[in-house]
Amino acid sequence: MTRSLTLTINGTKHDIELEDARPTLLDVLRERVGLTGTKKGCDRGQCGACTVLVDGRRINSCLALAMSHDGAEITTIEGVADGETLHPVQAAFIENDGFQCGYCTPGQIMSAIGLFSENGTANDPEQLREGMSGNICRCAAYAGITEALLDAQTRLSGKE
Amino acid sequence: MADTPIAPAGHVRLGSNSGQSMTRREGVAKVTGKANYAADNKPEGLLHAVYLESGIARGKVISLNTEAALAHPGVVHVMTPENAPSLAVSPDEKPVPFSARMEVLQDNRVRYAGQPIALVLAETLEAATEGARLLAPEYEAEPARIGFENGEAYDPEFVTTGTPPARQVGDIDAERKKAAHTVEVTVDTPLQYHNAMEPHVIIAQWDGDKLTIDMPNQAIGLARAGIATYLGIDPENVTLRSPYLGGGFGSKAVVFGPQYLAMLAAREVGRPVKLVLRRDQMFGPVQHRSATRQTVRIDLDKDGRILALDHHSLSTTSSFDDWLESAANASLSIYASPAIKVSHTGLRVDTGTPGAVRAPGLASGTAALEVAVDAAAYRMKQDPLDFRLLNYAETDPGTGKPFSAKALRECYAEGAARFGWKGRPLEPGQMRDADGYLTGWGVGTALFHAPFFPAKASAVIRSDGSVGAQTSGADMGQGAWTALAQMAADGLGMPADEIEFEIGHSGLPDGSVAGGSAHTASAGSALFAAGSDAVRQVAEIAMNDPESPLYGAGNEGVRASGGRLHRVDDPARGETYAEILTRAGIAEVEGQGRGRREKSAAEQYAMYSHGAVFAEVKIDPDLYQVRVSRLVGAFAAGRIINPRLAKSQLNGGMIWGLSFALHEEGIHDLRSGRPINNDLAGYHVPVLADVPSVESILVEEHDPHANALGIKGVGEIGITGTVGAIANAVWHATGVRPQRYPIHIKDLLEGELARQRG
Repeated sequence: MTRSLTLTINGTKHDIELEDARPTLLDVLRERVGLTGTKKGCDRGQCGACTVLVDGRRINSCLALAMSHDGAEITTIEGVADGETLHPVQAAFIENDGFQCGYCTPGQIMSAIGLFSENGTANDPEQLREGMSGNICRCAAYAGITEALLDAQTRLSGKE
Repeated sequence: MADTPIAPAGHVRLGSNSGQSMTRREGVAKVTGKANYAADNKPEGLLHAVYLESGIARGKVISLNTEAALAHPGVVHVMTPENAPSLAVSPDEKPVPFSARMEVLQDNRVRYAGQPIALVLAETLEAATEGARLLAPEYEAEPARIGFENGEAYDPEFVTTGTPPARQVGDIDAERKKAAHTVEVTVDTPLQYHNAMEPHVIIAQWDGDKLTIDMPNQAIGLARAGIATYLGIDPENVTLRSPYLGGGFGSKAVVFGPQYLAMLAAREVGRPVKLVLRRDQMFGPVQHRSATRQTVRIDLDKDGRILALDHHSLSTTSSFDDWLESAANASLSIYASPAIKVSHTGLRVDTGTPGAVRAPGLASGTAALEVAVDAAAYRMKQDPLDFRLLNYAETDPGTGKPFSAKALRECYAEGAARFGWKGRPLEPGQMRDADGYLTGWGVGTALFHAPFFPAKASAVIRSDGSVGAQTSGADMGQGAWTALAQMAADGLGMPADEIEFEIGHSGLPDGSVAGGSAHTASAGSALFAAGSDAVRQVAEIAMNDPESPLYGAGNEGVRASGGRLHRVDDPARGETYAEILTRAGIAEVEGQGRGRREKSAAEQYAMYSHGAVFAEVKIDPDLYQVRVSRLVGAFAAGRIINPRLAKSQLNGGMIWGLSFALHEEGIHDLRSGRPINNDLAGYHVPVLADVPSVESILVEEHDPHANALGIKGVGEIGITGTVGAIANAVWHATGVRPQRYPIHIKDLLEGELARQRG
């Protein structure tokens, strides 16, 4: 049975037709909407590469059926920069070498943005490490990621 | 072009490009989601492929319900051994280096759990997934052979690819007779799976007999030759695009059965086919690190000098191929000993074939050797660092050759100072932190080969002032987009952010393998040479042109910088490349470059990167949960092109060492042979909370022999030494000597109980 749903993705409304209810939000973003910045690492909610914001909250988009988010506001990595100006978290990841292969990076950045809005910008490295531990980086760029998170917080608090 | 990353602003550049800590050239593309990984491509008419994997480890597939799969809406085609097209050569042949025997539905035999046994093509991923499920295979199963006790042991002809399985230096029996002390340890290491974040993926599309592939690959030139051979087409007809790899770690140097199935299927149905392995499928046909059971015996004189070093490894492989982890060879090149014996036994088990995983041989080998060395130091009641200095190898113990360069003493000194090693109590169990955690410090020696692969590159200088450089090389996260561009730019006499730079495509000059920690040295040397060759041609035009201020200067009298040639004796007299070429009416000059190592140097010297890793662990005194609270590594790897990226490689390597020591373990069910933790919840790798503090120190080292530019590698050495350093820190905290990796809480508790019983 065909289903239709509406998602507002990075501020743009998308009316989506699905042949059935099976596609996950991740597969809809990648295969049907054509937003491939969000990555599939495990498809089971174990690695965090597919992290996006749904109504401002970070989720693993591989564990969400697209149908169950009909009407939601979704932010993906493609919607984070302001035109040519990078989001402070993006800039901090480059400056602090918070990635290597880059495959987990969209998820890391979305997770960091989500975490900061959950926790404000408390400057506690231990809390940051715990809060980011749903995002695996197999290259193990963790030293750079920690620096990037701390740097991003400084950039964000300076802005506010 | 979508494949070309945007260069971020803010590069700091002072003088030459090499040596500068530039940020990643492709950084903006990676943080905005614009970097184009293979699975992001979507050619018109794309079909999704899902393969069904075997649920048994040995036996036969006796039935598949293809009707049910074909009846599912959206399913287009089902490939099984009944109807699968054949490769042009037997899948058991290895026509090019980095081939492995593979499964392409050639028959109904099952050789390991996870082997592809059918392929389903459908209009959507969901339909292909459901189609594969509906195949409901039935098997005739034979007992699985899994684990050290159940495999079939054999004497191998070689280890890895062609290395002799045994070596002996000196007279081990004679030296043993002189010994005052003997220490022997046995250490097990588990099956480990690469698990790059990006699973293996291919998008294959045919146009007549021309094949275009999007596939992450570490060795584009070899992959292209292999694909052409297996598919019976001209290599010129294979286009392979791999601008970004989402991690490789060795597993993307080889093209395996699943990718070939996708290529065959795409030809069969005449439509583009996309196959992405699921995470659980990453634990079967795409290689892993052999499990090893290693014994290291060290015989010592009365002062603690090593007299004899005997290292044996039982290494697992599959039932049908021959890759063996060369773990014991670690003992050939690290510590001085008048007599050394290394040897290997193979063990066939019903898993997929192992292969090279980041730091093959040396990661596993040093994980055992460093534990034995630590035990020997304690036997002598010597500080583990002093013991290592006492047994410092001034020449390569395995060959007797001098080292091309070896700043290991400096690594020990700088690492120890940074870590604060001084004052470490000799006895274990002496340190507690403010929260009462058992605290221990350990050290390990790091070492990795510095090979050099033949690589080619080209460079261009145009009359409009633009310049560029190219090689097929691969960036799997190590920083090739950036470090190689820096080297190309130095050759071209240009700032790195002002050159066009291209890698990751089979149409470019063969940049050889991104592996063996050799890519920067090999492809970088070729790029530098190509750039220099282009500049040479421009200089020759100018020097022969009476209208040029460089006329008659001679090639030693001209220098290139900032896209301009000037006279050495008067930098004010010069002109730009564009001016020279425009006046000569030449649109562009193309330079060609090859990377090479002097043959005489290769014969004369042993070439390695060296390092020292210091670890601090904190262990809960009741629960025995282990945390690595600090890692400090000091490494000497010749000339460093980009310190920021080199440190990231070394830090990442050390965290792989942490993962080896405490986390990773591929577990197969002993009855069925199936992997039971084949996902990222069960197969543990470190997350951010596991890595509070890791730090790399780049130790100054000048290597005049490794290659003209003095570059060695940093990609793999970080793991080596780290595993042992952590195991030794665990011993120092608890008095329990780990005998297997990963170190389990259970082992420490049992060890503690045994210690209490005396």
